[in-house]
Amino acid sequence: MKKTSGFIKNIINNKVMLLMVLPGALWFLFFSYLPMMGAVIAFKEYRFSRDGFWASIIDSKWVGMDNFKFLFTTNDAYIITRNTLLYNGAFIVLGLILSVLMAIVLSEIVNKKLAKVYQTGMFLPYFLSWVVVGYFAFSFLSSERGMLNQVMEFMGMESVQWYSEKKYWPFILIFVYLWKAVGYNSVVYLAAIMGIDKSLYEAAMIDGASKFQQIRNITLPLLNPIITIMTLLAIGKIFYADFGLFYQVPRNSGTLYSVTNVIDTYVYQGLKTTGEIGMSTAAGLYQSVVGFVLVMTSNYIVRKYNKDSALF
Amino acid sequence: MSSITKKERDFHHLSKPWNVVFNLIAGIFAFLCVFPFLFVVIISFTDEGVLARDGYKLIPEKWSLGAYRYVFESGDMLLRSYGVTIFVTVIGTIVSLLFIAFYAYAISRKSFRYRNFFAFFAFFTMLFNGGLVPTYIIVTQFLGLKDSIWALILPLAVNAFYIMILRTFYSTSVPDAIIESGKIDGAGEFRIFLTLVLPLSLPGLATIALFSTLGYWNDWFNALLYIDNPNLVPLQSMLMRIETSMQFILQNSQNSSLSLEALRSMPQDTSRMAMVVLATGPIIFAYPFFQRYFIQGLTVGAVKE
Repeated sequence: MKKTSGFIKNIINNKVMLLMVLPGALWFLFFSYLPMMGAVIAFKEYRFSRDGFWASIIDSKWVGMDNFKFLFTTNDAYIITRNTLLYNGAFIVLGLILSVLMAIVLSEIVNKKLAKVYQTGMFLPYFLSWVVVGYFAFSFLSSERGMLNQVMEFMGMESVQWYSEKKYWPFILIFVYLWKAVGYNSVVYLAAIMGIDKSLYEAAMIDGASKFQQIRNITLPLLNPIITIMTLLAIGKIFYADFGLFYQVPRNSGTLYSVTNVIDTYVYQGLKTTGEIGMSTAAGLYQSVVGFVLVMTSNYIVRKYNKDSALF
Repeated sequence: MSSITKKERDFHHLSKPWNVVFNLIAGIFAFLCVFPFLFVVIISFTDEGVLARDGYKLIPEKWSLGAYRYVFESGDMLLRSYGVTIFVTVIGTIVSLLFIAFYAYAISRKSFRYRNFFAFFAFFTMLFNGGLVPTYIIVTQFLGLKDSIWALILPLAVNAFYIMILRTFYSTSVPDAIIESGKIDGAGEFRIFLTLVLPLSLPGLATIALFSTLGYWNDWFNALLYIDNPNLVPLQSMLMRIETSMQFILQNSQNSSLSLEALRSMPQDTSRMAMVVLATGPIIFAYPFFQRYFIQGLTVGAVKE
């Protein structure tokens, strides 16, 4: 009795703060936590019921692990997992190298105004939607009108049906990703370089270190912590693909699926095209669970490395 | 930043040839980033007939305003989509800022008894989610938002990551002493927030607002999932739809004679590119001015409590 009245007193004492979190808390409830519970349909054969949402979930028959079994007996699970991991792996490695390179290049350019102009240019792709980027890619890759085929014909090569030739797509997708992300990611590294104590370079200069020795022995080692952290955090998200990149840029071309299908596009198709609700929920849950383990692991490692930079 | 003023620090400068090389690397990459947009602008000003014959050219034989004239004359679709996007962006940014600013403020206050619980409640959503299918089912069947404008606003309204950024911002830029002084003066919590905290945290709120605005302006995913009603299609989604409806008609044009007429009335290549230009134009012109807020947000995000 005393306990409950204490609880009510606490609620009253904190009522303004509780009112402040209320809209956000309701949002999390509806848009995050209910879907988490809704993930039980991965273990059901989902049937839409006229009696509404709860009835649909409750009335659907339990099928245990059947959706997962079905998912993993097809080749699809292997293909989408492989594609997701390999693409993200390439994005992490190449993205890191290029972003750090660009950050160093920008920080060393003598004319700071020009450096700022370059940076503004590089930042542009970040502000564009994948739909627009898809159009950009089309203006180069369109088989009849695209610039790439025109250039190739001009140089005496045969033109290519880009949207039906699988072998080029790993390169195209990696290129487009880097084009969009490098300018944005280099901002973080550039900020870190700007924060390096200038007297270190001064001392190195007095000792006769060349500019490149300074970069190798001062800039890079001091960037090391942030590079490690950014990379570990990216590894934590390696199971999540950028839906827009894989959906808009290949223009949903069926012949390319084996090299462009990732977990996220697969789940989307299951929901909207093929209607395999149970199996695509299972694929989504598989992604969330493995993703969760990866985030926890990478965060654990980040914590060991540098407590302040861990996500939690 | 102070490095800009110290011109005498020559020891830090690259040698001339290397400076040229570095300028070339950065300059070429920056150009590559901007070039596709310029190319699409050029295509949109190309004469349709020339384009059909020569393909996309950097310097077309004949320029034309025809695409823009077509878009504006038959501009119902474009105008309506502009309207939807502007409405969603304005209302969405306001809603999202309100939700995020209050939530983040409450969990930044040490006097709030349940701050840890609500901080975790938000944070956990960054680690785990139910996936696309259950979210879709909740939004359409439980919340009943299919073909509602709120399906374009609410799913993007809150983001745990922004809450974390803003919480850090409050706790570093709003000193406890100010809040205490407000309390001593007898102000209630809401008044303290509105009159003391809000003015101090404007730069942080501006950053979140800009991220949110960009997110709404560029969103097509929620429209792809939830919107079938042609009157509620936002810009980005309209760009996708003119593409697929073109393809659909082209694929079926051999079978039916009716579609030939429909084909003629569809926006052609140049008009589609004109729409791409019109949909991205506002962002291209605005972002250089707001760039520093995005940079601030990115670098603040890397620092936490």
